[in-house]
Amino acid sequence: MRPQIQNELRRRNRRNQIKEFVIQGVLIASSFVAILTTIGIVASLVFEAFRFFEKIPLTEFLFSLEWSPQTAIRADQVGASGKFGVIPLLTGTLLISFIAMLVATPLGLLSAIYLAEFAKAKTRDIVKPLLELLAGIPTVVYGFFAALVVAPIIRATGSGAGFDISSESALAAGLVMGVMLIPFISSLSDDVINAVPQALRDASFGMGATHEETVTKVIIPAATPGIIGSLLLAISRAIGETMIVVMAAGLAANLTLNPFEAVTTMTVQIVTLLTGDQEFDSAKTLAAFAIALFLLILTLGLNIIALRIVDKYKKKYA
Amino acid sequence: MPNYILSTSRQMAKRHAREKRFKWYGRIAIFISIAFLVFMFSAIIFRGASAFQQTKISLDINFSESILDPSSSRDPDLLKRANYKPIVVESLLSVIPEVTERRDRNRLYKLLSTGAVFDLGEKVADDPSILGKSKKVWLLASSEVDLFMKGKIDPNVSEDLRRLKDRDIEWIEILKSEGRIKKKFNKTLFTNGDSREPEMAGILGAAIGSFFSLLVCFLIAFPLGILTAVYLEEYAKKNFITDFIEVNINNLAAVPSIVFGLLGLSIFLNFFHLPRSTPLVGGIVLALMTLPTIIIASRSILRSIPQSIRDAALGLGASKTQTTFHHVVPLAMPGMLTGTILGMARALGETAPLLMIGMVAFIVDIPKGVTDVATSLPVQIFLWADSPEKGFVERTSAAIMVLLAFLILMNICAVYLRKRLERRW
Repeated sequence: MRPQIQNELRRRNRRNQIKEFVIQGVLIASSFVAILTTIGIVASLVFEAFRFFEKIPLTEFLFSLEWSPQTAIRADQVGASGKFGVIPLLTGTLLISFIAMLVATPLGLLSAIYLAEFAKAKTRDIVKPLLELLAGIPTVVYGFFAALVVAPIIRATGSGAGFDISSESALAAGLVMGVMLIPFISSLSDDVINAVPQALRDASFGMGATHEETVTKVIIPAATPGIIGSLLLAISRAIGETMIVVMAAGLAANLTLNPFEAVTTMTVQIVTLLTGDQEFDSAKTLAAFAIALFLLILTLGLNIIALRIVDKYKKKYA
Repeated sequence: MPNYILSTSRQMAKRHAREKRFKWYGRIAIFISIAFLVFMFSAIIFRGASAFQQTKISLDINFSESILDPSSSRDPDLLKRANYKPIVVESLLSVIPEVTERRDRNRLYKLLSTGAVFDLGEKVADDPSILGKSKKVWLLASSEVDLFMKGKIDPNVSEDLRRLKDRDIEWIEILKSEGRIKKKFNKTLFTNGDSREPEMAGILGAAIGSFFSLLVCFLIAFPLGILTAVYLEEYAKKNFITDFIEVNINNLAAVPSIVFGLLGLSIFLNFFHLPRSTPLVGGIVLALMTLPTIIIASRSILRSIPQSIRDAALGLGASKTQTTFHHVVPLAMPGMLTGTILGMARALGETAPLLMIGMVAFIVDIPKGVTDVATSLPVQIFLWADSPEKGFVERTSAAIMVLLAFLILMNICAVYLRKRLERRW
């Protein structure tokens, strides 16, 4: 009897061990999908961008001030020189992002501070989901709204005041993008403000400070690194945003800082270069990958810096 | 001394006034944000509400057998493709007899949508017994007539500036006085695919495309996301590789969505040669995009399951795998499902990556599977918003309303699941 039981147990044990081993293997494999995705993204962008830089030198891409990606089909064609300078796209992107942050920063921060410090629990319960609703609306809806409602209003207001505002002005796209970013900033800052230790508040109140003084002189200074982190995350989101600018911003690469003019962005150019007819080996199509690589480096860089700041901040008060 | 008290109380009043002002700044900021939300919703509803109705014209059509089926074959294909124009014109003339010239007759015929004859063809093919009889039929009016009936064409504007001329309006008035032109519920919007003609365009094709994409997305992202979360939370030892995976996931969550589209284009389309413009590729790209969200949400749920559950299971002799899959995962499932639904809701509204993999094509047919060419709801909105036809404006808004309705539905599901099934420890 005894050796039989022992054998049986041993067999079961081995079977179980194999099972555990297989299951662990499956788990590890699935978590490698994330790594594979990253490798896929980086490899495809770098590979195609490399092919682009074989045709157009990197220095021209980074420093040239002109962007007109029409390459000549015939050698003697006029006006199809093919200029691939990323600077006008970058300034356009940054201009729109700047306008967006100009809208989103005060609105998002003030809402967050009010909700975290002053509002009653009941108000918070109603307002917070409403703000989060803004974050849940698809960007194509914002784009439609920017192009069909906001831009005409801005144009009409401008012509009423004697300005000539382009119907694809950076202002319209920026304003609407700003609204999209409000919940992003407010919820992140809300977390940050709530992470400020109660002891700091109590000390400030104990010294006889009013609530407002506590907020502006104690809590906000204490939360500044976290707030900066959340603003950087919002900027990175603004730079990578596509649909609002595709629908509301322009196509022509104007090198300007005038918010009333039409500018184009990196994401808009990626979409225009890659939708519609495309031949795959032309510099024009490959340029989209070079821009995307640039975009990825920019957003990831911002993101890593932001997360590092937030991490440091959290450790300080942990 | 009294002077000192006086100055202090004055200062206090100032400080309190500042606090009051500061609170108002916060309220105003919230008010502006929410006012914008309300403004946007009302603008969309204001523009889109009319799209749920569609103008139709009723005519007494004489389904003459000699014109429609001269060979008496009763072949449905032939009946579908028969020439319905003469019988429609004939019945229009019976209502508005003063039209005699050929050119005017063609104009009169243009009051109807080009799709009206297809509807007739379907009708006859479905029920050939109608041939030789006369019957009252509601036919789709053209987009211009529809816009006029909805008050979106101002008849006082100079005739040169509008496509609907004064004669057309006279005819519409005659039809109106006979009760032959009416706005009815717009079934076409929900049963048709895309079309070049606004009055025939519908969102069914796009909605089905979205459904298939989300299906693929769910089948890939849900198991992968949960297994990854389980591995990282329950199994992985803290070492270089798991740290690397974690950093990876956090960074993937921050990659702009359009970059995922480029990944799909160069890896899945150009390298693996998967079929272009299909929900299959769309779903894979969306899955890779939502994966980080699902992993991050699932991990935080797993972390909230008390250690005592695991200790109890292990103490009774369960293996690591048994502990995890018999006890921890079932307890975490509602939370993980909630996270997945929220991730899918985000994927449903995503447009940019789908543009990159060619789901922007003009597609009339309704997709039947994941490998059929298709588009998706948000892409359809983008396409219609770009269209110069005036009739598409209201349809774009209506499509947005439908998309938002789906999103709200998914969010309600998530909230319900969380409220109903999630346990607090």
